[in-house]
Amino acid sequence: MIGGLFIYNHKGEVLISRVYRDDIGRNAVDAFRVNVIHARQQVRSPVTNIARTSFFHVKRSNIWLAAVTKQNVNAAMVFEFLYKMCDVMAAYFGKISEENIKNNFVLIYELLDEILDFGYPQNSETGALKTFITQQGIKSQHEDKRRAIPDHQPGDWANWLAAGGHQVSSERALPGCAGECEPPHVPTGGKQSIAIDDCTFHQCVRLSKFDSERSISFIPPDGEFELMRYRTTKDIILPFRVIPLVREVGRTKLEVKVVIKSNFKPSLLAQKIEVRIPTPLNTSGVQVICMKGKAKYKASENAIVWKIKRMAGMKESQISAEIELLPTNDKKKWARPPISMNFEVPFAPSGLKVRYLKVFEPKLNYSDHDVIKWVRYIGRSGIYETRC
Amino acid sequence: MTDSKYFTTTKKGEIFELKAELNSDKKEKKKEAVKKVIASMTVGKDVSALFPDVVNCMQTDNLELKKLVYLYLMNYAKSQPDMAIMAVNTFVKDCEDPNPLIRALAVRTMGCIRVDKITEYLCEPLRKCLKDEDPYVRKTAAVCVAKLHDINAQLVEDQGFLDTLKDLISDSNPMVVANAVAALSEIAESHPSSNLLDLNPQSINKLLTALNECTEWGQIFILDCLANYTPKDDREAQSICERVTPRLSHANSAVVLSAVKVLMKFMEMLSKDLDYYGTLLKKLAPPLVTLLSAEPELQYVALRNINLIVQKRPEILKHEMKVFFVKYNDPIYVKLEKLDIMIRLASQANIAQVLAELKEYATEVDVDFVRKAVRAIGRCAIKVEQSAERCVSTLLDLIQTKVNYVVQEAIVVIKDIFRKYPNKYESVIATLCENLDSLDEPEARAAMIWIVGEYAERIDNADELLESFLEGFHDESTQVQLQLLTAIVKLFLKKPTETQELVQQVLSLATQDSDNPDLRDRGYIYWRLLSTDPVAAKEVVLAEKPLISEETDLIEPTLLDELICYIGTLASVYHKPPSAFVEGGRGVVHKSLPPRTASNESTESPETAPAGPPSGEQPDVIPAQGDLLGDLLNLDLGPPVSGPPLATSSVQMGAVDLLGGGLDSLMGDEPEGIGGPNFVTPPAAAVPANLGAPMGSGLSDLFDLTSGVGTLSGSYVAPKAVWLPAMKAKGLEISGTFTRQVGSISMDLQLTNKALQVMTDFAIQFNRNSFGLAPAAPLQVHAPLSPNQTVEISLPLNTVGSVMKMEPLNNLQVAVKNNIDVFYFSTLYPLHILFVEDGKMERQMFLATWKDIPNENEAQFQIRDCPLNAEAASSRLQSSNIFTVAKRNVEGQDMLYQSLKLTNGIWVLAELRIQPGNPNFMLSLKCRAPEVSPHVCQAYETILKN
Repeated sequence: MIGGLFIYNHKGEVLISRVYRDDIGRNAVDAFRVNVIHARQQVRSPVTNIARTSFFHVKRSNIWLAAVTKQNVNAAMVFEFLYKMCDVMAAYFGKISEENIKNNFVLIYELLDEILDFGYPQNSETGALKTFITQQGIKSQHEDKRRAIPDHQPGDWANWLAAGGHQVSSERALPGCAGECEPPHVPTGGKQSIAIDDCTFHQCVRLSKFDSERSISFIPPDGEFELMRYRTTKDIILPFRVIPLVREVGRTKLEVKVVIKSNFKPSLLAQKIEVRIPTPLNTSGVQVICMKGKAKYKASENAIVWKIKRMAGMKESQISAEIELLPTNDKKKWARPPISMNFEVPFAPSGLKVRYLKVFEPKLNYSDHDVIKWVRYIGRSGIYETRC
Repeated sequence: MTDSKYFTTTKKGEIFELKAELNSDKKEKKKEAVKKVIASMTVGKDVSALFPDVVNCMQTDNLELKKLVYLYLMNYAKSQPDMAIMAVNTFVKDCEDPNPLIRALAVRTMGCIRVDKITEYLCEPLRKCLKDEDPYVRKTAAVCVAKLHDINAQLVEDQGFLDTLKDLISDSNPMVVANAVAALSEIAESHPSSNLLDLNPQSINKLLTALNECTEWGQIFILDCLANYTPKDDREAQSICERVTPRLSHANSAVVLSAVKVLMKFMEMLSKDLDYYGTLLKKLAPPLVTLLSAEPELQYVALRNINLIVQKRPEILKHEMKVFFVKYNDPIYVKLEKLDIMIRLASQANIAQVLAELKEYATEVDVDFVRKAVRAIGRCAIKVEQSAERCVSTLLDLIQTKVNYVVQEAIVVIKDIFRKYPNKYESVIATLCENLDSLDEPEARAAMIWIVGEYAERIDNADELLESFLEGFHDESTQVQLQLLTAIVKLFLKKPTETQELVQQVLSLATQDSDNPDLRDRGYIYWRLLSTDPVAAKEVVLAEKPLISEETDLIEPTLLDELICYIGTLASVYHKPPSAFVEGGRGVVHKSLPPRTASNESTESPETAPAGPPSGEQPDVIPAQGDLLGDLLNLDLGPPVSGPPLATSSVQMGAVDLLGGGLDSLMGDEPEGIGGPNFVTPPAAAVPANLGAPMGSGLSDLFDLTSGVGTLSGSYVAPKAVWLPAMKAKGLEISGTFTRQVGSISMDLQLTNKALQVMTDFAIQFNRNSFGLAPAAPLQVHAPLSPNQTVEISLPLNTVGSVMKMEPLNNLQVAVKNNIDVFYFSTLYPLHILFVEDGKMERQMFLATWKDIPNENEAQFQIRDCPLNAEAASSRLQSSNIFTVAKRNVEGQDMLYQSLKLTNGIWVLAELRIQPGNPNFMLSLKCRAPEVSPHVCQAYETILKN
């Protein structure tokens, strides 16, 4: 099992160190700093073995979290635990930064005592933890107030199913209160059914019930949570098409033209559209013209960022840019990273629909009718990239 | 106010001030003070002086303050055991508190205070908490048993806690069940023979019920435990699989991987004709693909596992090539792993897509990745014949880019393509020759030279090309030198008239001016061949070459099966068995897949069952020898025995298990054949502890097992290295290593038949050597070695052979014979196999001898980067028979005075200087035969660093 857990800042200074097993010595802390954080070469693996001690690490902004062990532990579990640890900390005090960790070190020790016992992960649902944890999270003053989207990086296409609208109660999840959703395979409203390749569920879902009856039955925990995540590769209507045109004019000039086309009902509006066009490292200047929205060359990010607040369906818009390059002797060709895009659309591009939501609460004696239910569909881009 | 202010106080009178604050009457002030203390502790300041004051704060009903104090206690109790006793009373009282949170907190913290004295006080409260009415307390107490077991295993057994823990498996609360399972599994791991986790259909049923109810982590503990169970028949296996399958939809990737492990393992028992078998196969693909949308670190773990799964059951993911395509923003470790899997999945159906991708990757920035991509293109050509032409033209395009490392990598793979498809793509040679000058890596140079030699008759200026390499002959690496020698001989045999001078030149360079024995030997062989019988020379040198295999980097089947049992764990990430990276007794038990119970297994095709042919065909094979004997050893059976050396084939059939009962099922399940004479001996007998007794590899496995526990001495064993590559020995590949266990030296060999014909009649002989090493028994390979089969043999050695000083001293020349030919190779043995058990010198004797040996015989060495402290170093060396005679501490440095004796009676005295914090050790050696010193130093390095 996990023998110890360390948190370092970007310089490799230890902010938090909790050792669970005797086989992990103080020198383990230094071994990780010297061999991984200060290593000359970029890290080639998230798992490092130094002198028969294994280190698992994840990084959040410039904070390193490392779990240490000398046993043959379940590696997937250790990483899942580290992510969970980050989620729990974020829920308590926001962004994981050196300042926040220092501000909350007592809380973090208390958490580590509760959710990891002798290296075995224990219940780590934020809602459930409220009963056990005495410390309050302290958020930094200049913390960004907006609640960021959960930090997950969905694969091809992610749709968050906001199974919301149904307020459970601000206390702990009530036993016996359960929800039930429509199974994704059932035909939806006259339209054909959609085929999904695979789906995974939050741990509150009764998996065996889904396996036999194909309905999602669950006891919701407190607060927001991701109930289900699914993957589909067939018959997706991509909401946007990106058509890039890159022309090299001599050795010191590049002409880029990118057209985006929205491909959904004209009555619907896409929001928060952002197109990111990478530029070569030796760019000296950029001139941009765009029909809609605002575009800017950001030298620090080596990219032209084009933002459009809203865009209706079946429209198209374009940007053209002239990129001046400094002559270099570097023979290596520019790797031409893909153009990436972010947006939100008010529908699920996969066609998935929630058919019904039922609430059972025998104990408190309120019926399904007493609950106000609503469903909002949002399609949010995950990684949306076009090779150019 | 935030907590970070506590980090800032660094004034001098700090401790004094804190003391005052801790003793304040105000609760808030106390709390603040404890927080400050903990902050100082975190940054590494010593605040242990405050122990009594902090403990005084413990008696409070304020949970927050209590937790803070406990945090402090956990940290300092170990260094202040006497003080820690002061806290015991409060702990015991807290275990009776009406608040379950406080009860649980007390028992949890007590378990973390790892002081021996406290443990006896812990027993009573723990016993109560294990039966507490609140599940939160019970689940905490369950883990506490594991903690206590780690400090004092005997106490836990004596107090009957293990039985209570077993009872908790039937607890009504799933979290309690999960923690009890986790604790029991870990305890069971350190007692491989115990029947601790007595899994039977009833307890399995309980676990499966709890599985549906408990937290994600609990599900992982339970699934990992289930994976250790061996169902009694295929029906039971199927019913467990059915109940585990829904876990594949869990959002937690570790739950999914652990479920995959159970399914992959139990699937072994299902007949392939069952409908359910096919259904299960289909169900496995989607969740595996979904793992690739997790965070990158988890993707990495998943990909390493998928790599194993694809090798074991290629059919699962054969249609899923696309998901393994590399994304631009993937971290490099994910990219490299994906590429590996792409090559494994490449087939005629998807080759066009794959090639287009690989070509794209070959233009990326990361050098390792680009190289691997180029290599992958070559592998595709070899694997899918229809694509070969396209691959070659892609490689030529890449060569045109003139990017140095791309060109070199391309040439290396083109050589392999030539091997696979002779006389097909030679038209590209001209293009390759243009790049001759840019090649600076040995592998690429060697490949190019091979091509020139192989096709000398079609390259007009082959002689000029090869001659140009000859100028810097001595600066080339051995690989290139050997290749150049062979290529010129080939050239001479093809165009004898104009190349006589060249061949003379290379032969004299190789035989007269080189220090390298391999090169010299090869030179002499060619020379004699050419001078005695040129026709024979032609037959030998220009002989038709055996085909090269389509798959590379395949994991050896036994290891693969073992790794499948470790899916999700570190072992599956490293692709190594746990014994390779876990210290001590934990995890050294070998796991293996359960045997198939269905009767119709003879219909299996070899590709789908790489674990080996059905047992009936291999009557001479003895399954799982080491494990069986491992069980025996733990039963402490002891009279010595000597039997014939046993050969264990890599074909795995028997079931091992740490849970007992495996022996019976194994004996029962196997047909006759295995129960032959070899097999009957062990139960009545045991371990040959005396020198020179022949030992089977099964027995030496057993010693590995026990040396970890520390009951028997055994010195460090290097991993097996290839001593004789198949290409040098007509398809016979020999790898091996040397071991010394309780006074017996043996040579552990692994023979693999890579040729197409069966090999028989093996024999082995050693040339005279410096220490008289010689085989103590003939090499016995019981069964004929059929193509692609591997056997492991442990050859016992003694040191009574004839002696001749070798250069280097530890050089051993070996001849191996089989029905095909005689082969020669030489290898260097580590000197520590010669260190005898009675090498400890008396103190007085040591002093006298040290003075007696003249100073010019003293040799000094530095051992760099050794992370051990003096104690660890000493105990590690001791297990390899280097004994610490005395220890002194001089000016902060630890001086170890050590002695060792070689088999021929030479004593070596050593002084090892270790400075705490400095990883570089100084080693002075004194010996009457100073020529052994460098080798002794080398032995030190090997032992200390492994």
